[in-house]
Amino acid sequence: MKKVQGTVIIKADSCKGCAFCVEFCPTDALHLSDRYNAKGYRIPELIDEAKCTGCGLCGLYCPDFAIHGFIIKKVA
Amino acid sequence: MLDQQTAEIEVPEAQNPVESLLRMDRMPHIWCPGCGIGTTVNCFARALEQSKLDLDKVAIVSGIGCTGRVAGYLNLDSFHTTHGRAIPFATGLKLANPDLKIVVYSGDGDLFAIGGNHFIHAARRNVDMTVICVNNLIYGMTGGQVAPTTPVTAKGTTYPYGSYDPPFNLPYLADSSGAGYVARWTVYHVRHVTKAIKEAIAHRGFSFVEIISPCPTLYSRRNRLGDGLDQMKFYKENSEIKNGADTKEVGMDFQGKIIVGKFVDRERKTYRQLMNEHLSNVFGEQFTPYEG
Ligand SMILES: Cc1ncc(C[n+]2csc(CCOP(=O)(O)OP(=O)(O)O)c2C)c(N)n1
Ligand code: SF4
Ligand code: SF4
Ligand code: SF4
Ligand SMILES: [Mg+2]
Repeated sequence: MKKVQGTVIIKADSCKGCAFCVEFCPTDALHLSDRYNAKGYRIPELIDEAKCTGCGLCGLYCPDFAIHGFIIKKVA
Repeated sequence: MLDQQTAEIEVPEAQNPVESLLRMDRMPHIWCPGCGIGTTVNCFARALEQSKLDLDKVAIVSGIGCTGRVAGYLNLDSFHTTHGRAIPFATGLKLANPDLKIVVYSGDGDLFAIGGNHFIHAARRNVDMTVICVNNLIYGMTGGQVAPTTPVTAKGTTYPYGSYDPPFNLPYLADSSGAGYVARWTVYHVRHVTKAIKEAIAHRGFSFVEIISPCPTLYSRRNRLGDGLDQMKFYKENSEIKNGADTKEVGMDFQGKIIVGKFVDRERKTYRQLMNEHLSNVFGEQFTPYEG
């Protein structure tokens, strides 16, 4: 049972589309979107915000400091 | 994605926690897509934050290479030395300022080819510092030459038909040279890397953390191993955690099993302790122990 709600902030300009965040998100909350940034990299997005626990692992993996996740509220 | 709901969050969380430790004016960094060096920086930043050290008392020293750029990107007192000379610079820094925490952060080529002699002697003397090696098994910055860590049969620009140079097993080298703390993880193991760096920094004496890392642009491409993510998945599937393993047994083969873990954790007298004890014995009261 999920007890917390999380989210991510993505700095699209910094992303290089490596997909580390997508692959290693423990709840599969992310995917690579159809959007490209100015440098031509495909950027990730939350598929389903409800899945994100704000664990922060995506931010720990991102080699370009382009994403980070955090808890926004406790879910009763 | 930032939407209505997240608009309520407080400002500190809107900022990636690693940013407080980065020189943001130097971003974006030079590292290629899928390069693992940036991920190690996240782990280092978390470890430092969790260590609750006074950051004015932490200094970081790098040599030359893609990894060597780390010193220039961290918002700490830092020095980017000439190639191979991070450890001698760090040794001087530590001897002159014993209360500084010194971290050497560099590549496998820098630390073990041109800088190899410095590494073994700093470990032998047990100079109190932490050495973090991002081991991508190649010289990244200069175009993919074979390094002292490149596995046999792996290709580099200097060995187009595959290397036949027996590589160093870095944990064994560190252990047998006298390092008190020795661990190896891969960039896939972000939480273990963070913990290992924290432990290494807390360790008194010479500590060593090896982080196996993807270089998709040179190592992976030349060896047809796919991109950075493919290497990360490879690490996930082929790493075996063996804490306390005999370091003799942890050598790496080309695309073989990677033994990871904390291998060595022991106390030895540091270089300064040895000096103070010895000179006190020789000169008695005449000698004032050196405290900085
Ligand atoms: C005295 C000297 N010799 C050679 C070089 C060229 N050089 C720069 S970086 C490097 C090797 C870097 O390899 P590594 O330390 O593994 O770093 P990486 O780029 O893989 O992170 C070499 C040989 C130099 N800068 N100075
Ligand atoms: S914070 Fe955790 S759960 Fe949320 S997207 Fe990032 S890795 Fe996934
Ligand atoms: S890990 Fe970072 S650089 Fe890689 S796709 Fe995710 S946000 Fe982009
Ligand atoms: S050349 Fe290799 S080590 Fe250097 S930044 Fe690119 S991927 Fe990373
Ligand atoms: Mg290297």
